[in-house]
Amino acid sequence: MTSHHQMLALVLFSAFVAVTLGITTWVSRRRHGSAEEFYAGGRLFTPLENGFAISGDYLSAASFLGVTGLIALYGYDGLLYGVGFLVAWLVVLFVAAELVRNCGRFTLADVVAARMAERPVRIATGSASVTVSVMYLVAQMVGAGSLVALLLGGSGGAAQAWTVIGVGALMVIYVSLGGMRATTWIQIVKAVLMLTGTIVMTVLVLVRFHGDINQLLLTAAERSGHGASFLAPGLKYGGDWTARMDFISLGLALVLGTAGLPHILSRFYTVPTARAARRSTVWSIGLIGSFYLMTIVLGFGATAVVGADALRRSNAAGNTAIPLLALDLGGGASSTGGTVLFAVVAAVAFATILAVVAGITLASSASVAHDLYASLRRRPTTPRGEVAVARIAAAAIGVVAIALGLLARNLNVAFLVGLAFAVAASANLPTLLYSLFWRNFTTRGAVWAVYGGLIPAVILVLLSPVVSGSPGSLFPGVDFQYFPLQNPGIVSIPLGFLAGWLGTVTSDEMPDEAKFAETEVRSLTGAGAV
Amino acid sequence: MTSRDVRQEDPWHDTLTAGWGWPNGAGMPAPAAVPRPRGEAEREIVEARARDVYLAVQQSEAFQEVRSRYRRFVVPGAAAFLVWYVGYVVTATAAPGLMARPVIGAVNVGMLAGLGQFASTFLLTWAYARHARLRRDRPALELRWDTQELTRGVQGGTS
Repeated sequence: MTSHHQMLALVLFSAFVAVTLGITTWVSRRRHGSAEEFYAGGRLFTPLENGFAISGDYLSAASFLGVTGLIALYGYDGLLYGVGFLVAWLVVLFVAAELVRNCGRFTLADVVAARMAERPVRIATGSASVTVSVMYLVAQMVGAGSLVALLLGGSGGAAQAWTVIGVGALMVIYVSLGGMRATTWIQIVKAVLMLTGTIVMTVLVLVRFHGDINQLLLTAAERSGHGASFLAPGLKYGGDWTARMDFISLGLALVLGTAGLPHILSRFYTVPTARAARRSTVWSIGLIGSFYLMTIVLGFGATAVVGADALRRSNAAGNTAIPLLALDLGGGASSTGGTVLFAVVAAVAFATILAVVAGITLASSASVAHDLYASLRRRPTTPRGEVAVARIAAAAIGVVAIALGLLARNLNVAFLVGLAFAVAASANLPTLLYSLFWRNFTTRGAVWAVYGGLIPAVILVLLSPVVSGSPGSLFPGVDFQYFPLQNPGIVSIPLGFLAGWLGTVTSDEMPDEAKFAETEVRSLTGAGAV
Repeated sequence: MTSRDVRQEDPWHDTLTAGWGWPNGAGMPAPAAVPRPRGEAEREIVEARARDVYLAVQQSEAFQEVRSRYRRFVVPGAAAFLVWYVGYVVTATAAPGLMARPVIGAVNVGMLAGLGQFASTFLLTWAYARHARLRRDRPALELRWDTQELTRGVQGGTS
């Protein structure tokens, strides 16, 4: 990369940072400091705005850089990621969006704790939400680090570390000053930028191949070095049975995890009614689906235009496929068009990371303040005091994420996100489904469902090849790998459901019929919703 | 019951939401128009009656109808897309040969199945939204009003 590229990209980065800081200042000038405002942005966003914000929150660097890179290197097997990320939204639409909007106030724990003994349930659900958020956050920080390393050329270890620290500092500013309102507007700006960039690139790829998809696929297969097998499953996950099981595990985690992601659920509280929550989900499914359809074109396009060898030379995991494709589509490394397009794409990727990081930090600070702090402190809290705690929690989470992001900076981004999805699917989804639909669900069941999913998921990750025992792992020097799969979902998701059932049938607590009636009536009609 | 009539014009702020979602029930001042129950005992009576309201609504025919309409769509819909998705993933990992079979030009069975996942997702989204809008929204909104009226009536009635 020449210094010319760097200059332009850095100018665009700075412009985005300036705009988002402007939004934050503008929003926080009129703030009242109420919890409604901090956690839910006053609940006054329209479905269209929220739909864009949801897609902005969901389409992280893992999608923009990771999925296209996987398609470019592994062809069909990369496409399976996009399918999983999209189909997951049907779960959100069918069982989460409206019902969660109707029964909760700010967090997932609100929905579950309404039926149960509040303290243990809030502590359990709050801890699970914070765990999921921190894992997701680390993935984004790592992505930011590698993006900047690419841009500045070479390894740039110090630059990478400073980027992680800088992103962490920015997100703390956005969240603690601007709350949900600033975060939502940042998501919307980012979603528009990213979708525009993706559309432009897709059109350029299609123009390059005169709109002939068949030709695009054939060229991609030819230049991938794999021939026709590039267009069929099996290149990445076709090896031994562990690789195949790993893929099924990942597939399950992707589809079932989205409905348990705290930063996605908290987005439904930013609209006034359940109907608006449904319409925002419909918008976001349209946007997210179109995005993944375009990543297929971009991924195959990157292979066809740039060639798999060049992509692999730049980044072995394929994370740089999109920027390299942009460089080529714009006219090559020495042309103005190439420089501009490359800088724009790099800036969009950076904006993506910043925005997603802000969304997750906000959701996890809500879990800390609204669920954990308020339950652990026995004296009643005031909403105002709680918001102050949430602002401090955002800073603390920022510090934790920076530290972990520095530690994990050599791990693959899309893969780290897959872990966060697995934990969300194991700990949060069983609890949510049981408490919405199961009459006899009890407090013990809820607590067991959370821990019964959370603890196995985390332990299996610690014992997996990700953490130790393989050259690419977090601690390559030691070997305490006892679990063969990288993604724990296929084991830990059923365990979460099983633990919830077991806890319920073994508890001597009588399920409260009236509380269940209240949850059921509220969830389906919206009576008493805030 | 005059206070009840006064509050009818403001359906979005009912006293029942006080305490819901706030740990320890703190922080939500009761709306000024609502006569506050004085003692613990009285509040318990109000809460007990609010519980009865939800039980009664849950047993009502109108609610059962809304619930069964929701379930009749969501249960088969969710089963269908989960089976179709899991089947797709398992086939892709277990039988890549089948997925590699060419259909037209470079497009093979796997490509069509993948695009089929996108298509089915969009289709189900549209169908769900349409079903909810036409079959559920109106009765659910009516139930919401009725329920809020009843809970308010209970709370107003004790003062």
